[in-house]
Amino acid sequence: MASAVQYREIEGRSGGFYLLLIVLGTFIAAGLGAAWAMEHQGHVITGMTNRIVWGTPHVFAVFLIVAASGALNVASVASVFGRELYKPLARLSGLLAVALLAGGLAVLVLDLGRPDRLIVAMTHYNFKSIFAWNIFLYTGFFAVVALYLWTMFERRMNGYTARAGVLAFLWRLVLTTGTGSIFGFLVAREPYDSALLAPLFIVMSFAFGTAAFVLVLMAACRWSGRPLGDELLARLGNLLGIFVAAVLYFVAVHRLTNLYVARQLEFERFLLVDGGLYTALFWIGQVLVGGIVPLVLVFAVRSRAALAAAAGCVIAGGFAQLYVIIIGGQAFPQQIFPGKDVSSSFFDGVVASYAPSLPEVALGMGGVGLALALTVVGLKVLPFLPTKA
Amino acid sequence: MNPERRHLLGLAAAAVLAPGLRLVELAQARSPEEAASALRRWGLLIDVEKCSDCDACVTACHEENGVTGHGRPATDAQWIRKASLRDRATGHVQTMPLMCQHCEHPPCVDVCPTGASFKRADGIVLVDKHTCIGCRYCVMACPFGARSFIHEPVTGQKPDVPRGKGTVESCTLCVHRVDRGQIPACAEACSQAMVFGDLNDSSSEIHRRLKSEPSTQLRADLALNTGVRYQHL
Repeated sequence: MASAVQYREIEGRSGGFYLLLIVLGTFIAAGLGAAWAMEHQGHVITGMTNRIVWGTPHVFAVFLIVAASGALNVASVASVFGRELYKPLARLSGLLAVALLAGGLAVLVLDLGRPDRLIVAMTHYNFKSIFAWNIFLYTGFFAVVALYLWTMFERRMNGYTARAGVLAFLWRLVLTTGTGSIFGFLVAREPYDSALLAPLFIVMSFAFGTAAFVLVLMAACRWSGRPLGDELLARLGNLLGIFVAAVLYFVAVHRLTNLYVARQLEFERFLLVDGGLYTALFWIGQVLVGGIVPLVLVFAVRSRAALAAAAGCVIAGGFAQLYVIIIGGQAFPQQIFPGKDVSSSFFDGVVASYAPSLPEVALGMGGVGLALALTVVGLKVLPFLPTKA
Repeated sequence: MNPERRHLLGLAAAAVLAPGLRLVELAQARSPEEAASALRRWGLLIDVEKCSDCDACVTACHEENGVTGHGRPATDAQWIRKASLRDRATGHVQTMPLMCQHCEHPPCVDVCPTGASFKRADGIVLVDKHTCIGCRYCVMACPFGARSFIHEPVTGQKPDVPRGKGTVESCTLCVHRVDRGQIPACAEACSQAMVFGDLNDSSSEIHRRLKSEPSTQLRADLALNTGVRYQHL
């Protein structure tokens, strides 16, 4: 019975708790320092160029935003699809979703060339831009999940939880469609320009968000000494495996379709065969570590340690996948003159070079630190975590 | 007529005519209060065959607009660049200037979240330096790599051409000159290969040549209807 579930704040007095907050706080401070340096000296101190205008901060930001949407899976499975087993975890699912989104948006905003003009972005809208729509989708997500959490926390509102859950579920599908479409709508670039990117990003969100949730849940229960049932973890493992398989499916369909389009052949050769780092990240990072290894771990090995390792692999593979999509997609030269070799001072016709810089990595890790710190503080101030799950 | 008298008359004629010519130029220019007209569509016609192996257009553009580099081509602003093309089948080599193509349907304008990227009624695509937040989505969307993000503090700006670190910029078709009735700096520096004019004006050279001679648009497959056209590409 769901009503029998007891929730309690974590105690949050141990040395370990404060050490965790200090570590996360250090990441946040480093991220803020990096943003300050980038704002003052310009993006010249990063690895980004006029050919690679979106770099490592965007890999982190998009990962966190996509994972935020997926972190809500467990709550959706409980409220929308009525699985009682997951109900005790719905609150944590909502908290992690909000925290991850906050971390991702912080990175995105602090990377802007003019972060001081955020107010301009809030007051001037071009509604043909998917970016403008995303501003509403992201802020709306905070509001919708807050409402959803309120119906869970407030006993008198419990009757509305299912309806709020449906709203949150639909909202996050639209939100991730919007995130995938940032790339899908780039009609002039061969690596993007596909409606498939919207559903691909949705299944990526399912996989990355579930992986992040599994690790946070295991850590929270272990460090607060709360029992975590084997059946629940086995089910979460199955869920993660299905999502990972779905990501592989969408990636395969995307690549195979492109291989039939003459115009796309050069990019596919770059990605799959001779793209150096990007080819390695695709096959080893994304497909092997992010796909095949977690599938073996959750379906063949089946243990707690295997599930944790699988979740870690999905997150590592997810970063590799976004690095390939975002940075590899820009590194590949734009095809302005088909059939011709091009050279210019703008490095037309050649694969653009890029190496992540310290400020970029620090800013990205700052976002991760913020997301986890918000989760930890949330667990201490409100009863998000069940006494046993 | 003795030579001295002829010289004097020549000077007098110049003194009378020169301000008059300047007045004609000013009369043709748009007044600051007058909005850009959709009846006009400014554009450039570039004859690649007549484009020689120089960078006069690049130098003139960057001088006119105060675009200075720091010796870092990967991050320096490039409003216009010379591209060298080599046909893979035949080895035929060409060189040509590449800049903002001032599309009728500009992808950069579509994606800009704040509307800072905009197209004027007369077809010139610009960035409003006051509302650009530096998100670089327009750079991602541009099919021609025509836009630059300003990676470093800017010094020595020209009064007509505001620029700033952390924002995006590109060729303005020398809008400040066009509004004064002049032609863009690149077209002035390279009259043999570049013609500037109103694509809609049937009496203009650019219109007449586009009507009578074959020309191409870059990435014509995207159907952007560019304002910059090329010949012999």
